[in-house]
Amino acid sequence: MILRMSVDWFPLWLSLRVAVLSTLLSVAVGVGLAYVLANRDFRGKEALDAVLSLPLVLPPTVLGYYLLVLVGRESFPGRIYEWIFGQPLVFTWQAAVLAAFLHSAPLLIKSARAALETVDHSFERAARTLGANETVIFFRITLPLVVRPVLAGTALAFARSLGDFGVTIMLAGNIPGRTQTIAVAIYDAVEAGNGAVARALVLAVSAIALVVLWVANRLSPRAAT
Amino acid sequence: MGGEPAEPEGGHVIQAHIRKHFRASRESAAFTLDVGFEAGPGVCVLFGPSGAGKTLTLDCIAGFTRPSEGRIVLDGTVLFDGARGIDLRPQERRCGYVFQNYALFPHMSLRENLEFAAERLPKLERHRRVSETLERFRLTEVAGRRPHELSGGQKQRCSIARALLAAPRILLLDEPARGLDQSLRAELYSTLRQVRQAFGTPVLLVTHDLDECFELGDEMMVISEGAMVQHGTPRSVLQQPATVDVARLLGLFNLLPVEIKALDPSRNVSRLAFGEFELTGPYLPGRLLGDRVSVFVRPEHVLAAPRDGRPGGNQIAATLERAAERAETVRLEFAGGLAAVVPRSDYERHRHSRDWVLEVPPQFLRVI
Repeated sequence: MILRMSVDWFPLWLSLRVAVLSTLLSVAVGVGLAYVLANRDFRGKEALDAVLSLPLVLPPTVLGYYLLVLVGRESFPGRIYEWIFGQPLVFTWQAAVLAAFLHSAPLLIKSARAALETVDHSFERAARTLGANETVIFFRITLPLVVRPVLAGTALAFARSLGDFGVTIMLAGNIPGRTQTIAVAIYDAVEAGNGAVARALVLAVSAIALVVLWVANRLSPRAAT
Repeated sequence: MGGEPAEPEGGHVIQAHIRKHFRASRESAAFTLDVGFEAGPGVCVLFGPSGAGKTLTLDCIAGFTRPSEGRIVLDGTVLFDGARGIDLRPQERRCGYVFQNYALFPHMSLRENLEFAAERLPKLERHRRVSETLERFRLTEVAGRRPHELSGGQKQRCSIARALLAAPRILLLDEPARGLDQSLRAELYSTLRQVRQAFGTPVLLVTHDLDECFELGDEMMVISEGAMVQHGTPRSVLQQPATVDVARLLGLFNLLPVEIKALDPSRNVSRLAFGEFELTGPYLPGRLLGDRVSVFVRPEHVLAAPRDGRPGGNQIAATLERAAERAETVRLEFAGGLAAVVPRSDYERHRHSRDWVLEVPPQFLRVI
């Protein structure tokens, strides 16, 4: 009977798409923020770090609530978004991307900052005396030196954004075929007593997570060569 | 910034007046660096103990650290002027810097490291210059290797080659010989001598190794606690340390606090009292009777013999504490910071004597 039962794989594809996009966003924003935290000294730096780390410890529903307030249809950012894209952000799959991003970016920022702080500044200084500008130095000296730990952090962030439940359901809802990600779909299937579907999705998520963690572990222990 | 070695009229010259204050913090006491100097082509050694401000001086010149005030001019280009608010970025200063750990980019091959330094040159020219440099520094065979696959000497040469490829107007070296064994040291010195001949740039070299000063230095500056206490040729500094402090930094033994008892300019002599002992020395211009001064004599110039009766003129009684044997000589160290170097054969004959007499020939006595 299980063989003949058809599983709707839409939640898996949606989750993968959401995770890829949110991870790309995390890398772009996270590495930049990590670079600032690791290399600049300014007032309130550790306070900023604490705020950026909050999503790691707050209950996802709390985070989701904040986001609803922040980007809901009544909020200023929410209205700006609606004005630009012609539709509200909340309860769309784009909202799921934002949810996954906020859920996973702190992980990347933490690991990227730790990696960037270990970079010996004499490399960057040497490059400066050789006439290289700061952009060249960042992309050709600093980043290659931390590429492995940053990629490891990226893999973890990907795995985490794949599995977000709480923030997503608060912000993107549970609309089958539109915003229902795999974690939400599993909850739904279990609620409906649909054990076979739940099992299939659970195994798929576990397999992907395992592969990603294996990649992350391969990357992280050795330092950049 | 071009790659061609620019040759300004009158050679490359650096003039620097650097003041940098650090307020006391939890980790460190307050510190002020205050140095001023001028250096031309040739090797100028910054000598001093750890924490004296030598590396900080290099960092201010290279633009890594902003001085609190002062002015740094290299070949007529103002790199920094506190009063006029000029502070060129390191990229614009054209200072070659050789780091203590070499700072070779670990993710690039040796050739790529050199190409990075020559990036502003057109491609063909760059290729030619890099290949030439590899050849000159005997690195052609290992050009494709990453830094971690190189020997210490190769890394050393590569870091100097890379700095020179960017056509710097000055070369700054931060303790380049630290942690190198004897043979690598000798190799480094010969490389640096070649560099000194081939490139007409000033070379500032930080070290706390006195032998290195003599090996490489055309000039030396003694820096202590943030201040430049003496500037001259290594030979002149060693022969005539400006202060007791410098003499100590140079590791000079036989610093004797004496009182001037008599001065005779016509015969060019002075009589000095060192405790109960009387010494004859050269006339001391500008000093008065009763002045307390420090004199020193190099251990190589002290004559040592086992004690036999009362010490006579220019002799000091001393108790042997330690004998350090060397290849051909033995360095005897006595109570009170006195030392003498004697031939090994002399020492063998008297090795069981505890009480010695040290004779200080008047012509070798120097006043600080």
